Amino acid sequence: MTPGLAFFVADGGDPQNWDDIVAAVLAALSAEFTVAPERTVAGAVSVPAARVIWLDTFDWRLHKAGLTLEYVPGRGGSELRLSGPSGLEAAQQVTGWRPARPHLLADLAGGAVGVRIASLIAMRALIPVVATSTATGVYRLLNEDDKTVAKLLVDRPALDGARKDPLPPRLAIADVRGYAGPARRAARLLAAVPGVVQGARPPLADALRVIGRRPGDYSNKVDADITAGMPAAGAGAAILLRLLDTIDANTEGVLADIDTEFLHDLRVSVRRTRSALKLFGDALTGLTREELAFFAAEFKWVGDLTTPTRDLDVHLLDFEDTVRGLAAAKPDDLEAFRTFLEQRRRREFRALARGLRSPRYAGLIQEWRAKLTKIQQDTVPAGGTRTRAGYHQQVADGTAGLLATVCTRTAFAKVAKRGAAITPDSPAEALHDLRKRCKELRYALEFFAPLYDPAASAKVVGDLKRLQDCLGEFQDTEVQIGEIRTLAAAMLAAHEAPAVTLLAMGEVTAGLAARQQAARADFERRFAAFADVAGQRRMSTLLRGGTA
Amino acid sequence: MLIYATYNIKGGVGKTTAAVNLAYLAAGAGLRTVLWDLDPQGAASFMFRVKPKVKGGGRALISGKRPLDDAIKGTDFDNLDLVPADFTYRNMDLLLDDGKHDVKQSALPGGKPARKLSKLLAPLADDYDAVFLDCPPSVSLVSENVLHAADVVVVPLIPTTLSVRTLDQLSDFVGEFKGHRPDIFAFFSMVDRRKKLHRGITEKLAAERDNVAQTVIPALSVIESMSVWRSPVGVIAPGSAAARAYRALWVELRDREEPRG
Repeated sequence: MTPGLAFFVADGGDPQNWDDIVAAVLAALSAEFTVAPERTVAGAVSVPAARVIWLDTFDWRLHKAGLTLEYVPGRGGSELRLSGPSGLEAAQQVTGWRPARPHLLADLAGGAVGVRIASLIAMRALIPVVATSTATGVYRLLNEDDKTVAKLLVDRPALDGARKDPLPPRLAIADVRGYAGPARRAARLLAAVPGVVQGARPPLADALRVIGRRPGDYSNKVDADITAGMPAAGAGAAILLRLLDTIDANTEGVLADIDTEFLHDLRVSVRRTRSALKLFGDALTGLTREELAFFAAEFKWVGDLTTPTRDLDVHLLDFEDTVRGLAAAKPDDLEAFRTFLEQRRRREFRALARGLRSPRYAGLIQEWRAKLTKIQQDTVPAGGTRTRAGYHQQVADGTAGLLATVCTRTAFAKVAKRGAAITPDSPAEALHDLRKRCKELRYALEFFAPLYDPAASAKVVGDLKRLQDCLGEFQDTEVQIGEIRTLAAAMLAAHEAPAVTLLAMGEVTAGLAARQQAARADFERRFAAFADVAGQRRMSTLLRGGTA
Repeated sequence: MLIYATYNIKGGVGKTTAAVNLAYLAAGAGLRTVLWDLDPQGAASFMFRVKPKVKGGGRALISGKRPLDDAIKGTDFDNLDLVPADFTYRNMDLLLDDGKHDVKQSALPGGKPARKLSKLLAPLADDYDAVFLDCPPSVSLVSENVLHAADVVVVPLIPTTLSVRTLDQLSDFVGEFKGHRPDIFAFFSMVDRRKKLHRGITEKLAAERDNVAQTVIPALSVIESMSVWRSPVGVIAPGSAAARAYRALWVELRDREEPRG
């Protein structure tokens, strides 16, 4: 909307009322001013409709940071406009952009918007969220000398695309220099019209509502709607359905290869599903032992299917950092390695896409959803009562609260026991196994997070996360060293390995080995911080308080 | 920022219509433009439908008590603002020569009181590309201020033999200025092409002098009707001969002064 003194929305609910509201506004202003529609050169009252396409990452990183990014196409050049709570923060001209396609940070090439959002969006692509087309009508408000003393701007946005649903009109009173008084009076008259709401609400939220979405409607968090008093099977099914939704939501993005994080989120949800089946599969009444084993095996298949592409993604995502970390080799020395990685990645991605498009995958997702939905439907509500404090009191076995306690306690006990058994002489496999147990515990804490006290949970999760980071660094560096060795052998076999590249790859593996040793040296401290006497006490407190 | 002043000692020669139309065309060309109606009669303010009133009057503006910026009003046209006239401008000579200066110096042409308008206009340089000063007809401290402030003095001449004398007098006066001297750019106004005298004078002077416009503004009723419609001719009758003539004059003036901008 054009800058003005005051902004309003004709928010009369029903679209049929909007014209009446605008008419009432014109009538109200006519009481004090002569209201004259401004005619453009072409003789039309409205200026040509302006298109705006809102862009964000799939996981709403800009929205979460309080920012909105608009793509405004123009004949002379299109523009990206980044706005925050206090207005326009950055603008950038772009050429050759096709907003319907995803764009990575590289496409913003150092412009003002690119610089501002670089750390926020990182490796995620900007994709179109919704598009609107807005026709603006301008009315001059004249005084007794027929002098324009203020203007009324009426924006009529509508969805742009296959659907053309109208959105609530936006109204603004724009002041004319030296005539603040009449503009204030016009704003007061406007505000008094029934159905008119004061505020500069951009049409984004309205446009999303029309298409059945809301800002921030995707997150890979496991925020299932569970309570301590609900039946364990129902809670378990709710958690698994939430994970399945995330898998489903990301599949299309993986297949379109929009950015690497679709696959990452899909993999995390698959891993969480497998852990959930291990942690509380038995509680899913209605699922036979054979069915449980079948689904566990099928999700392992999906996990394995995605691993090669993800491993190569990780190499490529880290590539620039790796190049920067070289001491003896030159950055160009690794170019042949990058090319090889990219080729490999294309090949592995084709295999992944075949798997995700296969009847086996479609059947798995369909059957799994049907099973979980049935479990939810068949679940008889447990006898939960709500206390004054708002917590559900479990009164019978088989509640989600009990399930959470058992799962989390068991997972913690495994971590504590296996971690305590690790000595400086333990093999790497012992640490790898501990990492898996830590993941299970972390997932248990995430699945049942709604049942725990947030403050107590945050401390436990924080210490666990630092331990996981240490174990992750230890294992990932080892895996990467192994992969680089395998890739070097493959490059040699394919006669695509210049000597300088192999030397540089050797330097990279040396760097990884140093990082692995540092992570190993840090392990005892990290483990103690999480699972010493104080850590065990924190866990007990969490389990007592959170699910009581 | 270029400062244009429409000036002539004589009244009724088309100063205000020139200021209004040229400012309108400058704004239409995308220049951020402000017109200061210095004539207490307020004809330019009237034509833009702005009340001829400045809070605190001319005294507040000239003394600097009220920044010029505060007095600016938006017109009905994009990029075009106006500092309205005020009836107290009739005393502007007194206001400009308020005695807070060296008496000896003020007596000299181009002394401090003669440069007050320049100082008042200086802060507008960031906000405007073009300033038009519409002056009252006189030889006074006001006109001297205007001549010192202006980069270009746009002089409407009526086609009489005396007009040549007027132009020479003005050129001689400006020629005595020390330092900054405005460019003098004259044009013939209220020309009746049917009159032999008019044709003879306008053609002769335009050919002889490089500071006389090739464009002449004809005597047409549509220009007189500006005060009825309270709008520039480009709005009342955009396809008229008068509108075409002012457009041609603006182009000539712009092309002549572009190197200064």
